[in-house]
Amino acid sequence: MLGRVPSFLVRSCARAEAPITSSALPVRLQSPSSRTMSNSATCAKRDHSAQLGGPIQSCIERKLQAALVPAHLQVINESHSHNVPKGSETHFKVVAVSSMFEGKALLARHRLINGLLSEELEAGIHALSIVAKTASEWEKAEGAVPPSPACRGGSQK
Amino acid sequence: MLRLSPASNLAAAARRSFASSPPPGNEDSHDDFKPQRSSPPADLDGAIKMIAEQVKKHQIMLYMKGTPARPQCGFSAQAVRILHASGVDFDSVNVLDYPMIREGVKKYSEWPTVPQLFVGGEFVGGCDIMTSLFQSGELAQILEESAKKQQKEGESAP
Repeated sequence: MLGRVPSFLVRSCARAEAPITSSALPVRLQSPSSRTMSNSATCAKRDHSAQLGGPIQSCIERKLQAALVPAHLQVINESHSHNVPKGSETHFKVVAVSSMFEGKALLARHRLINGLLSEELEAGIHALSIVAKTASEWEKAEGAVPPSPACRGGSQK
Repeated sequence: MLRLSPASNLAAAARRSFASSPPPGNEDSHDDFKPQRSSPPADLDGAIKMIAEQVKKHQIMLYMKGTPARPQCGFSAQAVRILHASGVDFDSVNVLDYPMIREGVKKYSEWPTVPQLFVGGEFVGGCDIMTSLFQSGELAQILEESAKKQQKEGESAP
């Protein structure tokens, strides 16, 4: 019987797949600020990435600093790992430890950060990886942050 | 219990795609008997309406860059790997081929990036959230509860 053919959906069937292992395991970022966090719990810690922050990175840091009053904050420009021009500010990772996340589910924490950075996301950020933890969660995780997955080329086929 | 299908060759998985001309052999068929193919949405409102229907119709729906067999973004690739490791069938749309869907899904879920996972019509999250939920075991619970709910709805349907 002829009927409407479903459009442009790809059906993927369950298959045996190696469990996600090394690429999703948390690794510790080499961050001096994470080691000193416990010494000054009330003081926001900032860690700059190896390269100097561009204007978008600086703006992200300022906004998150003001809104979250974080015990720990890292804003990392990961654009150099992606298929974008050199010097781009399109792919970021945010690592934030804040009491603002207490009692909030994961989705709510991410939405909070997305909301704070809505202008930047509208303006051209392609990817925003977020680690949002409370102080006790950060302590339990021993400051470990999962690495971002490798680029697959994006729309440049 | 999750509904599992036997492992299958993804390369052989049927791709259902938009086509403006009838398939070969059907050119002389009356229009009423030709396969009716859905068109991609022409505008944002149409896209949002289509997405609302897709996430309700397909229990596990992933909006991604590329396809499960050939992801074009590391975050989308990780999302696919998580679903495969979870042992579930899922449907996906390659937003790189359909810009209106790409913008529409961001508006629909109020989430700025892709990939986006919907289970049982509800937005679950992007790659980071999927990874965290997978590692904690919560994703398996979400998928199982959704499968049970769908099974109950199927049984109670007339």
